[in-house]
Amino acid sequence: MGCVEARHCEILASYLTFPECREFIISRFPEHYEVPPGYHIFDVYIIGIPPIVIGIEGDDVIFPYTKPCHGTFILRAQGAIEEIARLRATGKKISKKKK
Amino acid sequence: MELLPYIYAQSDDGMAQKLENTGRVALLVLGCPEVPVQTSIALYLMNLLKHHGIRPVIAGTKSARTLLEVADIERHYLGDLLDLDHCIAEIVEKRMDADLCFVFIHKESGISYAATMSSISRAKIIALIFGEEAHELAGQITFPCEKIVARAAHNPTPLRGKLDELAGGW
Repeated sequence: MGCVEARHCEILASYLTFPECREFIISRFPEHYEVPPGYHIFDVYIIGIPPIVIGIEGDDVIFPYTKPCHGTFILRAQGAIEEIARLRATGKKISKKKK
Repeated sequence: MELLPYIYAQSDDGMAQKLENTGRVALLVLGCPEVPVQTSIALYLMNLLKHHGIRPVIAGTKSARTLLEVADIERHYLGDLLDLDHCIAEIVEKRMDADLCFVFIHKESGISYAATMSSISRAKIIALIFGEEAHELAGQITFPCEKIVARAAHNPTPLRGKLDELAGGW
């Protein structure tokens, strides 16, 4: 996982489908942005089925990470201030649906 | 890692443009090789592409690449070999692309790679879907691509037949 490994990202969930990833991030975190496949974060390019959702909570960024042999994980990277600023500037903000 | 700047270069509009006289290029995207037909069909497809004057480039995991390298030690069929993540980065950054992109799919992560290629690449995407859950996986694909589907795990013959039909249009 390269830099993602070096940052000691916390694994919040494992082996999810992509719809489950979106639901996980939207339901548990207060701020969300939609990004295209191939979005660059840290040193990885996000793989996935659109719409790909990335979450923000405080200074943490929460994002899906796919490994070909192991499926998709949800990772939390702490202290990601620069990535959060870029995400807010370039991502498409989405609102949590009211139930 | 050897790049392929001689195939594509970034043009003024920021998109990857093919350089002249490089011929057609097909990218084969290979994930985890846990289903036996993957390596066999990849070698078959590379040979088929070469016979049609199309240059194959493999983007795969280390294990997928190693299986191919050992099976074709003298490189009769193998084209360029790239690390999968590195290849994605090169395409996103508009440093390379292909005319055709075959994505080998036998689990949901394969669909994620095909969706990503569909979004970042100009190539025509061909989803090669196999394994026990081939038809269920094919039903999950909603983005535009050509699908080749066979519930094949150990027997590559059904996929080979479908690739032969496809190659008739090349």
